[in-house]
Parts: sequence; C-alpha cells; structure tokens
Amino acid sequence: MMNDDRPGLYLHIPFCVTRCLYCDFFSDTRFGLAGRLLDCLAREETPTGREFSPFDTLYIGGGTPSSLGSGSIAELMERLRGRFEITPDAEVTIEVNPDDVSPEKLGEYVKSGINRVSVGIQSFNDGHLRFLGRRHDAATAIKAVGAIREAGLVNAGIDLIFGFAGHTPESWRSTLETALSLSPEHVSCYQMTIEGSTPMGKMLADGRIDEPGEELQRELFLLASGVLRDRGYIHYEVSNYARDEGFVSRHNGKYWNHVPYLGLGPSAHSFSGAQRWWNVSSIEAYCRGVEEGAGPPREGERLTRRQLDLERLYLGFRTGKGLPLEFLGRFPSWEKSLERLVRESFISVEGDSAVPTVKGYLFADSLPSFFL
Amino acid sequence: MPDIRNFSITAHIDHGKSTLADRLIQYSGLVADRDFQDQILDNMDIERERGITIKSQTVCLPYTSRSGGEFILNLIDTPGHVDFSYEVSRALASCEGVLLLVDASQGVEAQTLANLYLAMEHDLAVIPVINKIDLPSADIDRTREMIEVDLGLDSDGAILCSAREGTGIEEILEAITKRIPAPGGDAGKPFRALIFDAQYDSFRGTIISCRIVDGSVKDGDIIRLMSLGTTHKIEEVGVFKISREKRGSLSAGEVGYIIAGIKTVSDTRIGDTIVHDVDPMPPALPGFKEVKPVVFSSIYPIDSDDNSALADSLEKYKLNDASLIYQRDSSAALGHGFRCGFLGLLHLEVFQERLEREFNQAIIMTSPSVEYKFILSNGQEIEVDNPEYYPDPAIIEKSLEPYIRATLLMPEKYMGSVMQICLARRGVNSHFHYPTSGRIELFFEMPLAEVIFDFYDKLKTVTQGYGSFDYELLDYREGDLVKVDILVNGERVDALSTIIHSDRARTRAKQICDRLAEEIPKHMFKIAVQGAVGGRIIARSTISAMRKDVTAKCYGGDITRKRKLLEKQAKGKKRMKSIGKVMIPQNAFVSVLKTNDE
Repeated sequence: MMNDDRPGLYLHIPFCVTRCLYCDFFSDTRFGLAGRLLDCLAREETPTGREFSPFDTLYIGGGTPSSLGSGSIAELMERLRGRFEITPDAEVTIEVNPDDVSPEKLGEYVKSGINRVSVGIQSFNDGHLRFLGRRHDAATAIKAVGAIREAGLVNAGIDLIFGFAGHTPESWRSTLETALSLSPEHVSCYQMTIEGSTPMGKMLADGRIDEPGEELQRELFLLASGVLRDRGYIHYEVSNYARDEGFVSRHNGKYWNHVPYLGLGPSAHSFSGAQRWWNVSSIEAYCRGVEEGAGPPREGERLTRRQLDLERLYLGFRTGKGLPLEFLGRFPSWEKSLERLVRESFISVEGDSAVPTVKGYLFADSLPSFFL
Repeated sequence: MPDIRNFSITAHIDHGKSTLADRLIQYSGLVADRDFQDQILDNMDIERERGITIKSQTVCLPYTSRSGGEFILNLIDTPGHVDFSYEVSRALASCEGVLLLVDASQGVEAQTLANLYLAMEHDLAVIPVINKIDLPSADIDRTREMIEVDLGLDSDGAILCSAREGTGIEEILEAITKRIPAPGGDAGKPFRALIFDAQYDSFRGTIISCRIVDGSVKDGDIIRLMSLGTTHKIEEVGVFKISREKRGSLSAGEVGYIIAGIKTVSDTRIGDTIVHDVDPMPPALPGFKEVKPVVFSSIYPIDSDDNSALADSLEKYKLNDASLIYQRDSSAALGHGFRCGFLGLLHLEVFQERLEREFNQAIIMTSPSVEYKFILSNGQEIEVDNPEYYPDPAIIEKSLEPYIRATLLMPEKYMGSVMQICLARRGVNSHFHYPTSGRIELFFEMPLAEVIFDFYDKLKTVTQGYGSFDYELLDYREGDLVKVDILVNGERVDALSTIIHSDRARTRAKQICDRLAEEIPKHMFKIAVQGAVGGRIIARSTISAMRKDVTAKCYGGDITRKRKLLEKQAKGKKRMKSIGKVMIPQNAFVSVLKTNDE
C-alpha cells in the first residue's frame, strides 16, 4: 500500500548537449561544471530545515540527466540514499534522451534503484525531429526503448510533442501508432507551447514559422486522447496517459495534489504544504551558495489559504480524479456553475467528485474561472 | 475714481479668444511676463486641450488710456459652446459691449453669427476684431466683406490684430474705452446684482461672480438670493485680478465676487438676482430661468465595489457644476449607478473626462438619450429620458421627440454632403441662403436625438473642418419611436437599450450587435448577440466558441505562474460585467457609444 501523502524528491540536472529550439527549461551545455554541481546537489540544505524524508518518489529530471558520464548517476543516488530515506517501494524515475541510452548506462540506473524511465522522443518523424532541433532520429528512439526493455525496466514512458508548425493529424497519428507499437507504460503528449524567450519564440516573432490554430490544436489533442484511450490507456491528466492505474506517474501526481516535494538543484522548485520556493537558475550562483553554506539564492512565497484553494481548483480540473464536491463548496455559487458545466459536458459528477471530461480537459484553463 | 468698462470677447471656436484674453492681461501688467502661462483664463486641462472655455472667468484690468484717463476694464470670459448658451447670456447681460473676434483666415462662422445675435439681444456695443492677420492664409479684405454682409456691421470699425504676435492690442483697449459705454445703474437705488457665475472653493465655499446693477454692497451685509429665497451674511466682497482681491464694498457698475458662506454652487442659480434682505425688496432682474438638462445617460462604476467612491466623486463634482443633475439608478446588468442629465453632449464628454482624470473613476456610460414624451391611452403624458422607463407600446397613443433648429455654415462646395448627413438624420424643412458668395448658410429642423451622437464630428469630416454648427431647441414632434433591446445569449442587457425612430432601429441594432461581437472575447460556447424590438429580433451577430484553452505542462515552476495568471484573471473579472453566462468587458459598452456610422 503506497502512501500518497509522502513527499517526493526532485533533482534538476541542468546539462544538455544541445538546446532544443522550443525548450524553456533551465539548461546549460558546459559539462565541465558537472562534477561540482553533482556534489552541491547532494549537499543542498532545505531553507526551512524541515525534514521531508522519507520520500516515496524520486525524479531525476533536467536538462538531460542521461547525458552525464557513466557512474555519475550511481554516485549521486548513493549519496542521496545516505542523506535521505527513500522508501523501498519508491517510484524512481530518470529522464533520458534516446541517443544517450546504452546498455551500460541502463544497467547502472537499474543497479542504483531506478525503476522508471521517461524517454524524450517527441516524434517518430525524422523531419519533425530535425525541425524541433532534436539530436536523435526515429530509429534511434525505437532502439532506445528496446534497450530499456532489455535492461529489465518494466515502467517506460514516452514523451511526445504535438501542434508545432507543419504538424498534421496524419503525421501525429503515425507517431502515436509507432509509440503504441512499443507498448509504453506511460505516454505524455505535450502541446507545443512557444515561449518568447526560446529560439522558436524568436522565429515566431520574426514570422519565420507559424503557430497552428486553435482548431488544429484541438483536433490533435482529441486525436491523441481518442487513439490512446482506444488502446486502453487512461487519460489521467491533461497531457498524460498511463497503460493502467499502476503506471500513473506518482511523482508528478504530487505536484497536482499539493503533496510536499523537495527540489534540489538550480531552478528546482520545492513545496512544503504552505510554502513554495525555487532555486536560482544559474549553476555558478547555485554552487557558490551551497559551497559557502548559505544555501543557493532562492525566491519563494508563503501561500494563503485562498491561494492554495485557487491552485487546487485549477490543478484538480487538470486531472482525471477531479475535485471533491465538498471542496468546490468553498466557492460562491458553485452549484450553479457546476450544473452548467455538467450540462454542457465539460464536467461529469462521479460519486462525490467533479471530474473533467476530455472536452473539459480542452478548457482546463477556463474551468476555474467559473468558480471565481 | 477710474471709469469702468464691462466687456466680453466672443468668437467661433479656435478664432483666438483665449490668446487675445492672454494678451490683454499681459498688456495690463497684471502678470509679470516671466510668470505668464498661456491661456490664463482656461485653467482646466480639458479647456486648454480642446481649445474651448467651459467655465466663465472674470478679470479686472487696469488701463491708462492714451489721453491719460484711468480705466478699470472688466473682461468677462464666457463659455464657448452651445451647451452653455444660458451661462453665456447671463455673462453678456453683465456687459455693455463685446469684442467680436473673427479669424482672418476662416472668416465669419456659425457661432460668430450666433454670438452677434446674442450681443444684439442684450443691446451691447459690438467691436469687430479681425484676428490672426499674421497668418499667410489671412484674407483681410474678404473678412471685412463678410463682416459687412454677413454680420451687417461697419467693417471700417474693425480692428486688425494678431493676438499671437501682440499687434493691435492697444488699439483694442482704446476702442473699449471709447466705443463701449460706461455702465448704467444707480448707486443710490436699493442694491441689486446679477449672478452670472459661481465657482466652488474648498476653503471659502461658493464664490459668486456678479455684476452690481444698482446700489452697493459691503462686507457683513445680509443678502437674499431671490429665486431661492435664501439669505446669507457676506463674508467678503472683492474683484478678480489674477487672484481675488478684497475690496470691502462694491457698487453699481462694478463686476466682482461675493463670498457669503454658501456651501455649494448648487445653492445658487446663475441668472438670479441678489438683493439686500430688506422689505420691500426691489424687483428681480429680467431673464432668469432654470436651465434644464437635454441629454441623459447612466453611469456605473466598472468595479461594482466602487459605488460609494463614485457617489463621493459626483458629490464633489457637483460642488462646482450646478448644471449637472444626477440621481441613483440601477441596472440588472451593471448594478448600482447614477442617471445623469447634461446640458448637451459636450457637457457630458467634459464630465466623463474630468471624472476619469480628476476623480480617477473608471465608469461605464450608457448610450445618451434625449427626453421623450409619450401620451398614453388614458390621456396621461409621461416624460422618459431612460429607455428603462419606455412604456408598454400597447398603451402608447402618441410618441413625441424633441426637435432642434440647426444652423450650419459652410463653403458652398460642401453643401451636397452636408445636406446628405442632415437628411439621413431625419432633417426636415431645410432652407438656405448665401450670406456671401461661396458660403452657404443652411437651416434644418432635426430631431435632437440625431445630433447627440457624432453629428458634429461627421460634419467636421465631410466639410474638412470648414463646417460649423449651432442649434436651438424648437419643440416636440410626433415620431414613430421604438425601443431597441440588446440580448446577449438571450439575456437582455438593460444598459444597452435605446429609444430610437423605427426607421433607424434595424441599422442601429446591427451596429451595436456587430460592435459587441468584436469586443466580447470568445467563450467556451457560441454567443448570440441580438437586437430586438418588442419580441421581434431585428439584428443578429454571433461570437463563435473558443475551441481549446489549456496549457500543456504543469510542473514545479508552472504552478505559481499559472496561479498568478488566475489571480490576475479573477481581478480582471471584477472589471468585466457578467450578463448571464457571458463576461462583457468595459470597452464593449464604450464601443457601442461610438457607433453611429451611416
């Protein structure tokens, strides 16, 4: 029996060999800093002094954690286990890039206790992969999943992107079909969101690329949901699908259910239940802070009850679990709003919960405003 | 004791009235040159920006004539817009003469003529002044001809001047002393004074501007405002220099101010007679009337929580604007607000601008309306200035709307297009004549409702700025009036209802629907915007549904970011009005007011 309320641990490994044109996560290409960073990561103190441990999920993200040299992850895992209690049944995930995957690395991961892999494949169309600025091609991606299986990992997730310039329902369907042929336990389908600060954001501003319209985005979103649900996957969050309940991402669920999590590393976010803070987005500033004992420069916020409710409201409408009616009762004239959303089939009431339908997922950003 | 001359300057808009006033003040030495700020008398920002005078101002100029005579020249600056014509008439009644200013490049215009008529009504000496003679486009001979022909004045007596460059100023001052008669009135008779303006001062209360007609008045006297029957003890009398100057007393012929502990300007009436509180009282001065608003609109705070702040602001505003009237009003769509009455559309615009700028009030204003009359089947006559009170059409015997007589003056070549816009606005009984060759004066009888939108702007556009317009209220005439309702998603938005002539209903309804459809953001469902008369839909526009609204990722950093966005949205929502299921932003209401294209 897993305990949903146990905290999760997140590690941000900010290194990437190249930067993808659309990515707005904090990353850095200077691998020379890796040793110093990993050392700091293992030492970073929490600002509140609160002991989060034991953790029942651990997530190594980035960046590209798989791009680190062999042995790095094993060493990091060992140091973390020395510092924190990680429960025996913990879900331990690492994000990998298809062209970093080798039997050796995978072996190292499995030996370190990693039991879940999330592969950043994005597309099985080579033209699209080039457009997105990815290093791998479709064949490499397929091989990578094969290697993951061979390494004995039975929980593999595939990340895909849809809705970029030039994307069509046909090519999206073909990518989904290829993904399904690999029987992944988990699939994430992210709609391309172009941030102004990224190279693609600049291309968009200069008019060199287009952004697909609302209608196409809707079609691609519904296509993915339809195809995956047809094959028995659960559409358990706006962008996430699991082959069955057992493969739902427990770690990500903590973000959406206000379960505390500790984030270590530059730009990592932490949440204590009442407070949220985030580390500086700079490897040097981060390391200096940790090394000097003051901790990395951080910003943060203490959440009011109202803010927590607000977050819970919109996060809840993004997940298949929805929100308890009792919670919705905190908002004025909630019954009228709910009745309307049910009538127009954005939400269905299941037991004591208001659950978004697939059509409701399409409007997850708008649903909260009905209760405000 | 210096001789007194009381005079005013009247001019068509932009003919240089304020600049000339500045020069006269400068010449008199009241203000050192280094302290001089242009357009001293127009001290409201809006007055300077729009080039119009809204409030009357008075200034008392000392002048020594060429022959050595000592003079006090009281310049009474009057509002320059048709909305304030009653105030103008009271200011003119306090003068013995006017400078009639004509722009040498524009010539005589509609308001020049209207001003001359007003001056003649008050038997004032008229001194024509041809201004802007320094402009390359100045045509002095033609302007003289227009003064002879259009105005019927002797153009030999016209003074040439460039207020901008300061030429001709001394000639003007000399002419004032010679050609404007000294004020009459008998200092020995019982005291009587004419109120021609009142302004609010936060320390002293109301400052009454008045002309002493007979007798004299001094500090400590008990006075009575005849029309209101109220009595007050005088705290201070004096004259206006650039600031107020105490005098202790004022007597017949003088123009000055009275401070008597009167709380707000609404406790006085322009045109009223001030007398001593004695028995018997002398007869009131002629010409007093209560001014009535002709244009009505409701205002609502954008944020419904700001209702009390808006009420406070209106109260403060009213301190200095007795002609604004307002009362509480409420709308199902917009909540609690106020129904306001204005002297005209300019008055309304000035009000709206000052409320936003000086009082920081963000408001939604409903479509301006005139006052209609309805005769019901039971014989009762009702007056309706708010579409909300439009009676049940089944019991309306007769609908009446106010008509005006419009006077339009323009170069001949624009006549066709001006006729067209007047006819499109239901103008009737037109006639015209040529005051001078190449210029045409056009008269139309038109429903007031048709000119309160953007008639003036339209006229300026089709005449490339050369057309001018003035109007007076005529009478009420029968018209086929209907009420157009606007429905958003099937729900009536009461604040958007409007009473309109049936011929115009469909076009107007379509304009409103289209404009709303542009301004209301997409929702999760399709929204119908309809115009209806009674139960009949006469216009329709559709806002298509939003197709998708969800961001893909929601991990660590996204959560705070998204919450902040939501908090902002929730705040923005407070500034929107929700009609049934539809959120309507403020600018949607504003945009509807601006629609009246043919």
